[in-house]
Amino acid sequence: MTASIEAKHPQAAALAAAPAASEKQWPDPVYDVLKAAGISQMSYVPDAGHTTLIERFSTDPEVVTNVLTTEEEGIAIAAGSWLGGKRSVVLMQSSGVGNCINMLSLPVQARFPLLVLVTMRGEWAEFNPWQVPMGQATEASLKAIGLRVLRAETGPDLVETVAQAALMAFDADQQIAVLIGQRLLGKKKW
Amino acid sequence: MNLPTMDRRVAVKKLLDARDGALVVTGLGSPSYDVHAAGDRNDNYYLWGAMGGAALIGLGLAQAQPQKRVMVITGDGEQLMAFGSLATISVARPKNLDLIVLDNQHFGETGMQSSHTGKGIGFDKVAAACGFLKTAELRTLEEVDTLCEELRHPADGPRLFVLKITAENLPRSLPPRDAVEVKNRFRAHLGFTTC
Repeated sequence: MTASIEAKHPQAAALAAAPAASEKQWPDPVYDVLKAAGISQMSYVPDAGHTTLIERFSTDPEVVTNVLTTEEEGIAIAAGSWLGGKRSVVLMQSSGVGNCINMLSLPVQARFPLLVLVTMRGEWAEFNPWQVPMGQATEASLKAIGLRVLRAETGPDLVETVAQAALMAFDADQQIAVLIGQRLLGKKKW
Repeated sequence: MNLPTMDRRVAVKKLLDARDGALVVTGLGSPSYDVHAAGDRNDNYYLWGAMGGAALIGLGLAQAQPQKRVMVITGDGEQLMAFGSLATISVARPKNLDLIVLDNQHFGETGMQSSHTGKGIGFDKVAAACGFLKTAELRTLEEVDTLCEELRHPADGPRLFVLKITAENLPRSLPPRDAVEVKNRFRAHLGFTTC
């Protein structure tokens, strides 16, 4: 479907895929918001959409970072961090949400604060069909296991959403995933 | 190779008697029962689920509490589900995290089906290949006594020890199942509020 749109309306397709200039600025404000929320640990499986956040946290001497072999590791690490009095954030792509489901019973049942930022694939200008099933199942899966799910489609909205999600997670003992829309992230170059 | 004959409860009791302030995280099933049988304490965090999470909860805790030693006590089945965690922990290189794998070479909780560790997979070798600072396989309580002494001394990286134990289901000693309560009392032990 995307291919046919590109063939018939290349400019419209480019416009739909490219985020506005101001929206490309979201990673730095999101980093600032997470720092202000007291985050001192970050775990991740890389995604292109998380590049700036990964770089900022990895070079921050106040933050301990962990690169993971699979996303559910980050859920368990975040729980351990809270046991030890620290605040953690986990970064992953939507495909990684499927890896996390049983491990999420830990924060849900023990009511550990949890903040996960999920970059979405398989929902907007997606070239790779293998990304679509998990992308379409991401929100439903997270809700099914008991997480609160928030979504942002613009840069300013994302910054505000992450700020209040961090507050709800750590002050109100909630388990929250913030989905970062693929429309905001822009089209992957092939 | 002869079947392991080490008594798991005695081995775990030795490790806990020598914990010297260490924070303890236990994997679901028999390791949780073993640690509870040695005495319920606020600085134990027992898992009843989240299979594959014990070592990584230990990592998060060790990073949050770098001045305290963290000891994860889990089973071969639970650790098999967290195979990749050995890579993650090795790269993170905590200086205060020790993993104890109680290895009866079986999935005891589900009917004693045989596991990978009786078929050539040795976690001491896997962890060594990943870059753990120190790993070993222990088969006797005398070796556990020596280990207890070794664990008193700080390390420069993560350590993993496999304790080859008898495959048997002992009477269960059940830790509290209220996960919120166990979390809150653990945090209170460290001086943190509930929320």
